[in-house]
Amino acid sequence: MFNSEQNHWFVRKVIFWRAAASVAWSVLLLPVTTALFAFLSRFSLFHPIQWISESFSLLYGSYVIFSLVLLCGVVLVVGVFNLEYYTVVPSVPCTKIALLGKVLHPQQSVHSLVHSMMGIMVTWCAATMIGGRYWILAAPCSEEEGVTGQKMCLNEYYLFFLLAGAFMGYSYSLLGVVRNMNYVSFQTIQQCKYLRFKGMLPQVVRYSAVQSLYSVRNYCLFYFFFGYIPRAWICTTLNVHEDSSLHRLDTVSGLLDFRLLYHLWLSGTFLLLTWHITLLLFRIFITEAYSFPVQSSFSEDVSQCLPKVLSEKQPLILKFLALQDLFLLSQQSLSRRMEVFSLSQPGGHPHNWNAICKECLSLLSDLSQRLVEYQEVVASNGRARPLSSHSDQRSTSSETLVTSGTEEQLQTPQQSIGLKTPSSVFLRSTSLGLHTPMTAPFTPRQESPFSSSSVNRFVGNVDPSSPWYGSVQSPHVMRRGPKLWTASTGSPPGSSLPPSPTTIPSPVPAAQKPGLFSLWLQNRQEQVKNFLARRVLIMYLFNKLPEASSQALFADSQAHIWALEGLSNLVAASYKEDRFGVVQTMLPSILSTMLLLQEAVDKHFKLPHASSKPVRSTCCLEDSTFKTLRFALRAALKTAMYRITVTFGEHLHSVQMSAEHRKRLQQFMEYKE
Amino acid sequence: MSGVSWELGMNSLSLFPPPGPDGNITLFESNNELVCGTSLGSRQKQGWEPPSLLFPRESLKPHSRPESSSKAAFLDHRDTLWMRSARAWRDSGLSGLLDEIANCTEEEVPRWLTVGCSWTLALLRWVSSFHGSLFPHLTLSSEDMVAEFSQVLDWSDCAVRAFAWHPHTDKFAVSLLDDSIRIYNSKSATAPTLKHRLQRNVAALQWKPLCASALAVACHNCLLVWHVDPTSLSTRPSSGCAQVLSHPGHCPVTSIAWSPNGSLLLSASPVDTAMMVWDVAGESCVPLQRVGGGGVTFLSWSPDGSRVLASTPSALFRVWETRTWTCERWPCLKGRCQTGCWSPDGTRLLFSVQGEMVIYALTFTDAPGEPHGWSGSSKAAAIVADLSETSFSTSQGQVRVGGQVQTMAWDPRGERLAVLLKGDPEAPDRPAMIAVFKTRISPIFELLPCGFVKGESGAEPRLLQFHPHFPNGALLTVCWSNGRISHVPFFFVSAGGSVLNPGGSPPWPLPQSRAVENGERLLYTEMSS
Repeated sequence: MFNSEQNHWFVRKVIFWRAAASVAWSVLLLPVTTALFAFLSRFSLFHPIQWISESFSLLYGSYVIFSLVLLCGVVLVVGVFNLEYYTVVPSVPCTKIALLGKVLHPQQSVHSLVHSMMGIMVTWCAATMIGGRYWILAAPCSEEEGVTGQKMCLNEYYLFFLLAGAFMGYSYSLLGVVRNMNYVSFQTIQQCKYLRFKGMLPQVVRYSAVQSLYSVRNYCLFYFFFGYIPRAWICTTLNVHEDSSLHRLDTVSGLLDFRLLYHLWLSGTFLLLTWHITLLLFRIFITEAYSFPVQSSFSEDVSQCLPKVLSEKQPLILKFLALQDLFLLSQQSLSRRMEVFSLSQPGGHPHNWNAICKECLSLLSDLSQRLVEYQEVVASNGRARPLSSHSDQRSTSSETLVTSGTEEQLQTPQQSIGLKTPSSVFLRSTSLGLHTPMTAPFTPRQESPFSSSSVNRFVGNVDPSSPWYGSVQSPHVMRRGPKLWTASTGSPPGSSLPPSPTTIPSPVPAAQKPGLFSLWLQNRQEQVKNFLARRVLIMYLFNKLPEASSQALFADSQAHIWALEGLSNLVAASYKEDRFGVVQTMLPSILSTMLLLQEAVDKHFKLPHASSKPVRSTCCLEDSTFKTLRFALRAALKTAMYRITVTFGEHLHSVQMSAEHRKRLQQFMEYKE
Repeated sequence: MSGVSWELGMNSLSLFPPPGPDGNITLFESNNELVCGTSLGSRQKQGWEPPSLLFPRESLKPHSRPESSSKAAFLDHRDTLWMRSARAWRDSGLSGLLDEIANCTEEEVPRWLTVGCSWTLALLRWVSSFHGSLFPHLTLSSEDMVAEFSQVLDWSDCAVRAFAWHPHTDKFAVSLLDDSIRIYNSKSATAPTLKHRLQRNVAALQWKPLCASALAVACHNCLLVWHVDPTSLSTRPSSGCAQVLSHPGHCPVTSIAWSPNGSLLLSASPVDTAMMVWDVAGESCVPLQRVGGGGVTFLSWSPDGSRVLASTPSALFRVWETRTWTCERWPCLKGRCQTGCWSPDGTRLLFSVQGEMVIYALTFTDAPGEPHGWSGSSKAAAIVADLSETSFSTSQGQVRVGGQVQTMAWDPRGERLAVLLKGDPEAPDRPAMIAVFKTRISPIFELLPCGFVKGESGAEPRLLQFHPHFPNGALLTVCWSNGRISHVPFFFVSAGGSVLNPGGSPPWPLPQSRAVENGERLLYTEMSS
């Protein structure tokens, strides 16, 4: 897990410390939540005095202290996992199968396993603190049976509790994947950390309580049906007996024990609350604005200056924080803007401005290029392409796509690899290549080309040669599913077609040398495809989720939004503050880049599903900001254009640009966009 | 530096020229003088004249739907109790549910449940009345609340409920009594009418800066953001063009404010102690909660974007700075802060307090955006104008002018300040009036009298706003009680001198006796310490 990215100075010097501070704060908050839990666990309506006195005596007990130490360890591990798994660019699965692949991914399995174990630990602590019947795993059997004396019986409450912990830990991890809990979004406003935490805390408490309620319901169902399995297993391995005199818990009457359910819910809330607070604090700390120096007089610090940092591809968090800083300085700080517009001391070159502007423009043009390519693929899937001569229409259509897609991909200049494909957490695993064969059968063929799911992306590398290629598509699905691009994005041009270990020849040579074998192959493919397309489950799994590809396309658009805002603010400020006219020289290219992007975005929003609004999530922790980033980008782009046109007004007529762009700009100047 | 008030010890309004004769309306300002007349014939037209519109009160049917009373007439009462309870829960929450069960007949629910519910309901009401005694405004119905805290004088009976100029182009939106919004544009003849199911009791309108199409509307229980395509020829944009932003417990919305850079939208509700910072594209919001005040009634973002005024229903208002969103509390002595406006450079805030007939000023001295913390404001607000009652004798007899301030507007160049004074509805000789001051911001803040703006006879001003970029000076738009929207231009040359005055009136200040006179009549000036 610790690869070169972790050794980056920024990760070492800033991110680690921020994560450590967030964990430290969550550890400091732990006694409070634990005390609250201990207090509520003893709740009794009819004996309030006894309740309060008991709770206070409990708080000083050695068990609570020991539990606290254990819980600190748990919070620490959760913190490490947060740091290891967070991402600023969410991975949006475009099909159900991609989601399944994400869930079953080995790294995710590690996450789930560890969280299950930690769940057991937390509920063990909770059980110890509650005490009473949750005290011990095995107890001497009750009298009726215990004639023989020393026979030990299983305390099913104990088992029920610990299993609940594992279940909740697992569901936390699972929901984390499904709801992209590892996605860290940046706030629209810069509040200080304490106020942000204070504002979010009530929501987090409510969310944890509600989630715990759902978990309890699911767990009770689970235990009702499958509870006998772990019970029997424990009984045989530990050689204890089941106490037949007591109610079994996997019956309706056993589960309708309200005290048990209350304790279960409370423990679940406690578990989720501690973890969610850790997560919340981690997010708050990690997204705090970081102020990079614009220029430094010491040569060793130059690598830490804003222009240099902006152009770095990895780690992504650094890039994002740098762009955020650019956005903030362009808006708020006159003195730092002056540094951006300043000239280098010997030489008199505007290095700072040039570097910043170049980086922002390349980000924006990458996005417009990505959008244009996506539109081409969507368009080409919609209409009949020129067919090769050797085969029937439907089977070749996919082949044609493969070929054309590959060509396009090979021609595509791969300028910036870093941000072009949003990398997901899984990518950070160095051993990922090994998993490719495993996930290959789950390859989502209808993936968006830019799906950021790493599973996808890696599998994508073997795409054209895989026997699954094209086999599971109904023509109906294919119409919208751009394919080969999954393979192309992000990987260097040459490496997208690795020598295939499978026996089936790759379609590219097949298209070039039509033969009996390939004909037969295509017929087989067609048959398999038709067969599979009729199966409801397959269709369900492979059908594209609406608007997911659009979301995936704009998954990293927060960077673009900041680039747009920062650039346009700088340009607008330059009207008054730029003494040397360094911005003037770049104005034509800035305008044309923005107009190109505007055109691409406008076209994108004409595609089906692109302009449909996602469902708003109710909670703060399930961050669904990425779902609406495309709207935010569109708004930011217009605002940026207007900011420049409002500031410069009629002066823009003297800027060199193409007639088409001038026409478009005129629209902006007349407020008709 | 702190503002030192230099009080004249006399009424500011007494230095004003008397209002024009009855029957005349104020047409424009030229040569430092407000010109009255009966028609606009005395002035040639220049460019686009904003249309003077008339919305007669009678032609607009208000929606007479008190929230739940009429509903019972239409709902089938043979529904099962479950259905009705579910509906009551959905419509009005716990109290509605309890009310529904408490009003059930004996055969539907057992008696103990009805009694229990009515007891709980009584308890709830008692608790909420206790809460209401702390914050009396919470006992108002939401419509009354909007009327109470709106910037419009007598909002509930006014034909024009809100008005907004577009910040960049000659376009404005008018919200009417029948909950529709009309948009008038200089460049097109079509005037789109916006209607939406949720668009009720519109309290405020504002166009998004740096955008041609987005219009935010503060409604009864949500916030609407319309996207009206300026090139579209449609006269009735579908309700699909509107984004609905709502947050539980955040209604009615009485005030909204876009950040001047167009990225954020603030909304405030008198029942919610948090003000919302909306990311409109993402439809997500960040509540900014502060204890105290019982709600937020009025928001005003300074034109440079660095500060926001947020007034509460109690005698307290806050000034937020927008870098890290911390706030400064300003307790008032008498009442709540009714209105406020910022100077164009964002360094000076004028505000008025309910129950007092004065205008206060606050000065913020630190340059916005520089990192040395914030809040370089003066320690206390200075009184800059005393607006207590003054009588003028006109041809029609005595007219008394003065009173509390309903709303204020400062023109974008910072040279004219229009103040809408509440009259006395009982006293016919003390109507609501618009007093216009001349102001100067740099090098020192000065306030000079300009005059009163009069409308048609019998019409009282209700709402005023300045055109954001009038080339020849300032253009004040006034909505009158008879449904008239009129525009009063003030022709002057900006003190910066950068704008020529094509209106024919000589540059200001004039080498004339009147200017000298004005100089002597200085109402307020600030001495740098």
